[in-house]
Amino acid sequence: MAKITLSKLRHSYMPNPKSDSDYALKEIDLDWNDGGAYALLGPSGCGKSTLLNIISGLLVPSEGQILFDGQDVTELPPDQRNIAQVFQFPVIYDTMTVYDNLAFPLRNRGRDEETVKRRVMAIAEMLEVTDMLTTRASNLSPDNKQKISMGRGLVREDVNVVMFDEPLTVIDPHLKWKLRSKLKELHQRVKATMIYVTHDQTEALTFADQVVVMQLGEVVQIGTPVELFERPAHTFVGHFIGSPGMNILPCTLTGGVAEIEGQPVALEGPVSGTAAGKTEVGIRPEFVTLTTDTPDSGLPATITKVSDVGRHTVVECNCLGHKVNAVIDGGVPGGKGTPVHLEFQRDQTRLYVDGWLATQPEHLT
Amino acid sequence: MKTENQKAWFFVLPVLLLVAFNALIPMMTVVNYSVQETFGDNVFFWQGLDWFQQILRSDRFHAALGRQFMFTFLILIIEVPLGIAIALSMPRQGFWVPVCLVLMALPMLIPWNVVGAMWNIFTLPDIGLLGYFLNHTLGIDYDMTQDPVAAWVTIVTMDVWHWTSLVVLLSYAGLVSIPDAYYQAAKIDGASSWSVFRYIQLPKMKTVLTIAILLRFMDSFNIYTEPFVLTGGGPGNSTTLLSIDLVKIALGQFDLGPAAAMSLIYFAITLLVSWLFYTLMTKDDQN
Repeated sequence: MAKITLSKLRHSYMPNPKSDSDYALKEIDLDWNDGGAYALLGPSGCGKSTLLNIISGLLVPSEGQILFDGQDVTELPPDQRNIAQVFQFPVIYDTMTVYDNLAFPLRNRGRDEETVKRRVMAIAEMLEVTDMLTTRASNLSPDNKQKISMGRGLVREDVNVVMFDEPLTVIDPHLKWKLRSKLKELHQRVKATMIYVTHDQTEALTFADQVVVMQLGEVVQIGTPVELFERPAHTFVGHFIGSPGMNILPCTLTGGVAEIEGQPVALEGPVSGTAAGKTEVGIRPEFVTLTTDTPDSGLPATITKVSDVGRHTVVECNCLGHKVNAVIDGGVPGGKGTPVHLEFQRDQTRLYVDGWLATQPEHLT
Repeated sequence: MKTENQKAWFFVLPVLLLVAFNALIPMMTVVNYSVQETFGDNVFFWQGLDWFQQILRSDRFHAALGRQFMFTFLILIIEVPLGIAIALSMPRQGFWVPVCLVLMALPMLIPWNVVGAMWNIFTLPDIGLLGYFLNHTLGIDYDMTQDPVAAWVTIVTMDVWHWTSLVVLLSYAGLVSIPDAYYQAAKIDGASSWSVFRYIQLPKMKTVLTIAILLRFMDSFNIYTEPFVLTGGGPGNSTTLLSIDLVKIALGQFDLGPAAAMSLIYFAITLLVSWLFYTLMTKDDQN
C-alpha cells in the first residue's frame, strides 16, 4: 500500500527529443492516493499505456520521478516495486496448473509453501476459481484466464498498486459486465490502489472513483465521473465522454455576452480570465430541449436526423450552420426537416476559451 | 441441410492414382521381391518370410541399425539444444534480423551431394582447409579416411552444420510469436531468466519444436547422400549407416530379396519411431 506520486514526468521514445511533439508524455504531475480506484481514460495513442509502463517499471522515463510513499523508485525494476499488472491479453503460464500459476509470483520470491497455499486459497476463493485449481491453465476460457492473471497480481499481500491495461478487450460482452463488477468488489476487499487503463468510457466511469482523462500525452482533467460529465474542464473531455458527446459551438464574446452567429446565449456564470483566443459554447445534449413554438429566447434550428437509441432519442439538428445533438426522453416534435427552437439549460451552458473551461457557476461568485 | 452423395470421390481419385503410381505400386514391387527369390528372366521362387528372418538375425544389420540410431541420437542431441540457443540469441527486430535469417538459411540451400563433396575437400589432411589446419598448424593427427572416430566426428559435424538452421528457423518463428506482455508479466512476477525459458519460451516453441524434431529424426534416419559422398561408409564399415548398407546389398551385391526385406523393415522402424516421438510429444495436449 502506498501513495504514488508522479513528479514532472516526461517521456520520449526518441533518443534526442527536441520539440514538445517528440514526447509521448508531456510533463505529468499526479498523485494517486493509497487505496483509490482510478481510471486512465483516453483515445488510443494518448500515452496512457506509456504512463502505466512507467509506473510499473517496464519503462524508465526520460525525465522526472516516481515516488512510492515519498521514496524514489524511478530506476527500480518491476519486481522490486511490488506492483501487479494485468494485460490486455490474458497472460498465463500454459504448462502450469491454475494453482501453480497463482503461486508463481510467491514462489519466485521464496515464500514457504504454507504461506503460498494460504494466499492462493484465499485469492482463488475471492475470484471464485477454487474448483479449477488443479486444471491446466491453458484449458481455461478467456475470462477465466484473465481472472487468473488478475489473481497473480493480487496474490502478493504487499502489493502497492494493481494496474489494468484494457483487461476486458478479449472478453465476451456478457462476461465483461460480470468481470467488471468482480473487479469493483475486489477493490473493496483488498483495498489496494488500482489503476485501470481504458479507452472505453463506460468501463472507466463504472470502475473508478477518480478518472484521469488524457489526450496527446497530457492529463486534461482529473475528476469523479459526475464532474467529468457535468463540468468538462476541456472541450476534449466534453467530446470524449458522453454519448453523444458535448455540443461545442463557436461563438463570439463581447462584454461578457456570448453570441452564436449573432444570437445571444446565456452562460452559467461570469467568464474568468481575459478570454482572449478561440471562444466556444459547450452544452451537453442532455441539457438541450426542443420546442416547436416560437419562444422569445432560444436558437432556431432544423431537425436533420432522429435516432432512437432505446431509452431515449437522439435528435440531430442544424442550428445556424452548426450541428447540435439533443437527447430527448419524451416524444420527438417531428421528423427530418422540422423547424424547431433549441433551449440550452442555463446552468449547464459553459464557455471554453482555447479549449479550456472559462466560466464559473453563478453561486460561486 | 446435409448433402449426401458420392461426388467427393471425383476429387480424391486423381490423388489416389498419383499416389498409387509413385508410391504404392513401386512399394508393392518391393513387397513382391521381399518374399521371393529370383535369378532373372522373371523366374520367381516363393520364400515366405525367410529374407525377413535372415535380415533380422544378421549381425551386419544389427550393426548398421546401431550406427544409424547412434548417428540420429548424436545429431538430435546436438542440433536441438544448439538450434534453440541460437534462436534465443538472435535479434528480434532491426537491421540484423534479415541478415541472420539469410545466413541461417544458406547451408540448407546447398544440394546434399555438394555438401558431402565440400566437406570431403574441406577435411583432406594435405590440402583441405580444416584438415591442413588441424594436422599442420595444431598438430592434431586427423584423417577421417583412416580413423573411425575422426570419420564420425566429421559426419556429425557436417550434419550439424547443414541442418541446425532448420531447428533455429522453426524455433525462431515460435519465439517471435510470443507477445511482449508475457515477458513483462514475467518481470513483474519476478521470474528468473530460466523460468522465462522454461514456462514461457519453451511451451510456446513446443509445437514448432515437435515438427523440427520429427523432421530431423526422419531426415537423419534416412540420410544417404552426404555420408556416402563424404566417407562412402568407411573407414571399414565404421560409418556404414542403414541406407548405405541397403544400397550396398541391393546394388552392390544385387541381393534383391534381402534388400527388399530390409527396406520394409527400415521403413517400419522409421514409421514406428516417428509415431512414438509424435505421440509422446503431443501427449500433454490431450488432457
